[in-house]
Amino acid sequence: MMTPGTAVKTFTMDGKPFSATEEETILDVARENGIDIPTLCHLEGILPTGQCRLCMVEIQGSGRLVPACATKPEEGMDIITDNPRLRNYRKMIVELLFSERNHICAVCVSNGHCELQSVAQRLGVNHVRFAYLHPRFMLDGSHPKYEVDHNRCILCGRCVRVCEEIEGAHTRDLRNRGIRTMVITDFDTPWGESPTCTGCGKCVHVCPTGALAEKGKSVAEMAKRRHFLPYLAMRRRGGK
Amino acid sequence: MTNEELLAISEKEQELQQQVRYRIMVCSSTGCLSSRSDEILAALEAEVKQRGLENEVLVKKVGCLGLCAAGPIVSIQPDGILYKEMTPEDVPAILDRLGGEPLEEKRIDTHQPFFTRQKKNALENAGVVDPERIEDYIATGGYAALIKVLTEFSPSEVIQEVQKSGLRGRGGAGYPTGLKWSTVAKAEGEQKFVVCNADEGDPGAFMDRSILESDPHRVLEGMIIAAYAVGANQGYVYVRAEYPLAVKRFRTAIRQAEKMGFLGQNICGTPFSFKVDVRLGAGAFVCGEETALLQSVEGNRGMPRLRPPYPAQSGLFGKPTLVNNVETYANIPAILRNGGEWFAQTGTEKSKGTKVFALTGKVKNTGLIEVPMGITLREIVYDIGGGVPDGRKFKAVQTGGPSGGCIPEELLDTPVDYESLKALGSMMGSGGMIVIDDRSDMIDVARYFMEFSMEESCGKCVPCRVGTVQLYNLLGKFQRREATEEDLKTLEELCDLVRSASLCGLGQAAPNPILSTLKYFREEYLAKIRKSTPVEEA
Ligand SMILES: Cc1cc2nc3c(=O)[nH]c(=O)nc-3n(C[C@H](O)[C@H](O)[C@H](O)COP(=O)(O)O)c2cc1C
Ligand code: SF4
Ligand code: SF4
Ligand code: SF4
Repeated sequence: MMTPGTAVKTFTMDGKPFSATEEETILDVARENGIDIPTLCHLEGILPTGQCRLCMVEIQGSGRLVPACATKPEEGMDIITDNPRLRNYRKMIVELLFSERNHICAVCVSNGHCELQSVAQRLGVNHVRFAYLHPRFMLDGSHPKYEVDHNRCILCGRCVRVCEEIEGAHTRDLRNRGIRTMVITDFDTPWGESPTCTGCGKCVHVCPTGALAEKGKSVAEMAKRRHFLPYLAMRRRGGK
Repeated sequence: MTNEELLAISEKEQELQQQVRYRIMVCSSTGCLSSRSDEILAALEAEVKQRGLENEVLVKKVGCLGLCAAGPIVSIQPDGILYKEMTPEDVPAILDRLGGEPLEEKRIDTHQPFFTRQKKNALENAGVVDPERIEDYIATGGYAALIKVLTEFSPSEVIQEVQKSGLRGRGGAGYPTGLKWSTVAKAEGEQKFVVCNADEGDPGAFMDRSILESDPHRVLEGMIIAAYAVGANQGYVYVRAEYPLAVKRFRTAIRQAEKMGFLGQNICGTPFSFKVDVRLGAGAFVCGEETALLQSVEGNRGMPRLRPPYPAQSGLFGKPTLVNNVETYANIPAILRNGGEWFAQTGTEKSKGTKVFALTGKVKNTGLIEVPMGITLREIVYDIGGGVPDGRKFKAVQTGGPSGGCIPEELLDTPVDYESLKALGSMMGSGGMIVIDDRSDMIDVARYFMEFSMEESCGKCVPCRVGTVQLYNLLGKFQRREATEEDLKTLEELCDLVRSASLCGLGQAAPNPILSTLKYFREEYLAKIRKSTPVEEA
């Protein structure tokens, strides 16, 4: 039974009928129903930005691509989450990420529990058709507990958002343009000298790759823990 | 300020200008200033004084006269004489000749198509009024539209007039202006904003800068009318800091308009109140994208965000916001003065009015032009532009800046309108037009624009941030003749990915220069593909 006044929208996804509430995105509905749409920048608990473009789905009829994480289904929409075009695009996006910075997994703290690595495996990325760019970035190990290796960063912005939206510190932001874009601490101060960082480590645990890590942890120990996030997000919204 | 008071100012100013026998106008836009037009102005003023001609000759600084290649330009009125390539040393000679035979060797033929084929609206006052004197603008009918609107029109009547005119956004995408205004007007909220997009970052483009430098009051009047129509009480002009003269003149215009009561509380004695501030941009191309622009105005890093919600619903500080381009606003006063139908008489079925272009590259008359929509590219390049100089052959014209494409000789008879240019794989864009001759390699041209997009990518989304670099590198392989058939395939696939998967217009349009050159100059790519494949070598 529907509560009167709640607008529930019905639509189809890959030919099957689904319904969604006002709040739900295409990605929410897909995940609820076991349809796999890969994402890298999305994280439950922080605002979607649709920037990694991996979760793009096609709207039948228009050929238009929209990010599933930030698009709410409309009544009667016909959504395609998987076809050869989308599969090729997703692979290409992952290949572009691998071509951009240094992702030699064997020497990375996140080897084995890295989201970029696992998305690549799931999508069957077994070679990269683009030239490696690998600009060289410095490592910032100035913080007593954590370190940042920009060479592993995929600029998903999760650390920036969690710091601003959940911790409320807005310690992190970005600088530069194009592939020189990088995550900075405050006005580009060494992390260890940051007057705003509370040392909470939320950024480290939401980071999908080996870019943000705890110091002195072996590869096996550096698994990311982020089950706290939806809970904290709910508490910040005033929930119990 | 009432209409009568306005008329009084206008009449007084006209009298002042007609008292003298001659008005000598010196172009004082950035182009001519860079070739010392300020010294010509000073020399003229000194010489006029020395000869005791102050009561007969008015020396006046004005905005862009259009034919920038021939600058510095001086115009003598009422005789309608234009002098080119002036120097301070020429001053005595032109004063000697006043009223007599003009100085033939410096004279510009004003009967040539460059002048006769244009039709001015946004640039109507450029080269005529002193951009730093509000009285001069009023003398040409300035602010009459505003008073008329405030006293005779309801906001929805203003919007109807704009809708009738068929005006479409001059910032590039060509979205119907009246429709955008009505969306903002209907959006709910006490506080609304009006923003003028003067971020102009396309290489080779200077339309918006020229309009702001030449006739800032016209843009301001357009903004005030827009604010009244949509119900906004605060406006921002977002202009890049690289345009200091435009900023200075616009700020002067704001101060003058405030003094006369066209801005501030209870404008012209009506309940309508509106303020305008200038916001300087640091010069990032992406900040021209409206959502990035609004982020920047708010003081954040200028990065685009997902749309919807569109700024019309949720823009600056989450409030309904109208974003229009400089040239769009500049068209408004005349539309309200003469009526929407008057505007719609010019142009084509779907693209009404005139469009300003910055015509540059391998063409004789480089400069700023305004032409009726529907004119063909050939007329622009050959008649107005005077064709390709130095006996070279025309090869292509690049329209729409980094978001546009190259159009070859055989398509030169295409009319200039939003749909036709788009159908050719290019676009109107904001109005950059670069003529390319047979000496240029189209892969170099495509790579030049790709380098621009790659450098200006904000870094937010992967297809644009990394894809443009890979496209740039692939083009480099073609240039070095190292590319293979496989590279051509990758190039095309990647163009499609960047175009369809990028988050904002910068990335979505970035492949256009490659796609259009692949379409019209494919043989140049094929010619550069390494003839012997590695297999054959082995
Ligand atoms: C990368 C990018 C750069 C842009 N630069 C400008 C600009 O410099 N000036 C401008 O008016 N519009 C620019 N636009 C278009 C604006 O986003 C917006 O559509 C326009 O200002 C709306 O005004 P209009 O309807 O009057 O054209 C740009 C768009 C993109 C995607
Ligand atoms: S961040 Fe992930 S993909 Fe990159 S090197 Fe480390 S494990 Fe590999
Ligand atoms: S440091 Fe990690 S979380 Fe932050 S942007 Fe880079 S990859 Fe994303
Ligand atoms: S398309 Fe380019 S400029 Fe636009 S958001 Fe993505 S990275 Fe930034």
